[in-house]
Amino acid sequence: MSAAPEQAFPLPDTTGIGAHYWNALREGRLDYQCCSRCHSAWLPARTECPKCLAAEWTWKIASGKATLISWVIYHHAYHPWFAKKLPYNVSVVQLAEGPRLISNVVAAGTTLRIDMPLQLIIEREADVALARFKPA
Amino acid sequence: MRGNVVIAGVGQTAFGKCPGRTTLSLNIEACRNALADAGVEKEAVDALVVKPPTSNPEFMYGSTLAEAMGLQPRVGGSWDQGGAANISLISFAAMAIEHGQCEIALVTYADNPRTGSRHVYEKAWGDDAAYGWFGVPAGYAMLARRHMEEYGTTSDQLGEIAVAIRNHGAANPNAQLRVPLTLEQYRQSKWVVDPLRRDDCCLVSDGAAAVVLMSAKRAKQMGIRKAVPILGFGQGQTSWEVPLRTDLTSTGAEVSGATALRMAGLTPKDIDVAQIYDCFTITVLMTLEAYGFARKGKSGPFVAGGRLAHGGELPTNTAGGLLSETGMPGLQLVLEGVRQMRGEATLQVKNAQTCMVSNQGGIMHTHSTLILGQWQ
Repeated sequence: MSAAPEQAFPLPDTTGIGAHYWNALREGRLDYQCCSRCHSAWLPARTECPKCLAAEWTWKIASGKATLISWVIYHHAYHPWFAKKLPYNVSVVQLAEGPRLISNVVAAGTTLRIDMPLQLIIEREADVALARFKPA
Repeated sequence: MRGNVVIAGVGQTAFGKCPGRTTLSLNIEACRNALADAGVEKEAVDALVVKPPTSNPEFMYGSTLAEAMGLQPRVGGSWDQGGAANISLISFAAMAIEHGQCEIALVTYADNPRTGSRHVYEKAWGDDAAYGWFGVPAGYAMLARRHMEEYGTTSDQLGEIAVAIRNHGAANPNAQLRVPLTLEQYRQSKWVVDPLRRDDCCLVSDGAAAVVLMSAKRAKQMGIRKAVPILGFGQGQTSWEVPLRTDLTSTGAEVSGATALRMAGLTPKDIDVAQIYDCFTITVLMTLEAYGFARKGKSGPFVAGGRLAHGGELPTNTAGGLLSETGMPGLQLVLEGVRQMRGEATLQVKNAQTCMVSNQGGIMHTHSTLILGQWQ
């Protein structure tokens, strides 16, 4: 375990189809994909619409409004980077526009409950911009 | 085809630690034992289907195993569906037998994650690792939290499942973990990923199991007295990753169970004993309501009061399941179902005529169901 902490952070793949998503976060936006044919919305990035299979879609900017679907609290670190964060939450969040994603809810001292309203906050960790949420 | 195909023999290895054994060696031992149990010569086998080892999948594993067993079967190969694959392979073999594609099939599975690598169970979930999203237990914990918040399911209700199954395992001389559990001990059990505790999570195990399938007609001709007829089977695939599911508490188990029950011409009330995939306690809870034993959201109260214990209304995982007998993904549940239908189980359920078995994989991504009955 000689790697520096920054090297140990599990970096997302910012190349390929997901490059736009991670670059947008770096620029302060949470973008999602929207089908040009059936208008369904989704994340994570894909080459085809999972509803109508069309290959024509555009990126749209999310409002940042969301709700909490579920969450867990880690008491054991599966990766050394997260040992110092224990206990920490990982949450499933649904954007007002429909797509769901894995995130963290930053809410020290707040009791979490399902379907509670959330607001996007973009935070940097190991020089990666991450989409986190706080109670709205 | 209800009852047209039977499980004519079952076999297994020791469960727990099998150091130095390859999955090929474990598979062969289980197949050797299953063939001996059925009284079938290896040369009569014309189908060999296998779920690839979860911890170390290999290209064309079915062919590798067939070669190691000196077989050139008509029907053969491997099928990846995670933990649902074993029952799916049994249903595939049953359909192949019914339609004359083969006559005698071996369905087998082996893995050695306990003395080998268990990395597959602890790995990151793609880019979401940046948020600390790792490991299989967290996926199930995410489903459990939603169930608890939406329906009022409690930690103690999950504990009731662990207590019933662990106590069954304690009575099983072949079980890997023979330590009974009380609800008080469960409450003291450490968090793994809240809301799941150590005692909500299954074992990690080496070992193998196999079954021999043939037509009921062939079994009668061969004079096999302990054959167990297959009354029904079904599948249902949730597919989507946990964070992307529109409903975290509904899975393919619903359509899988309904398909199997319809084929068998039965309802949940007709089921005498159940073997429900218990990789985590929440899986049992959600599968029971998906199968219709309890109404949606009501399986928390359903499992309370010892209903799943031997002597209860729906004895479940009577050999200890994944929580206690072996963490093997699913085939041990089929073997215990067979023992119950033969009247040979250690914790035999008196007058049991039907057994419903579930297999499932991923984070409830895949599901398959088997219903076993009595030999007439």
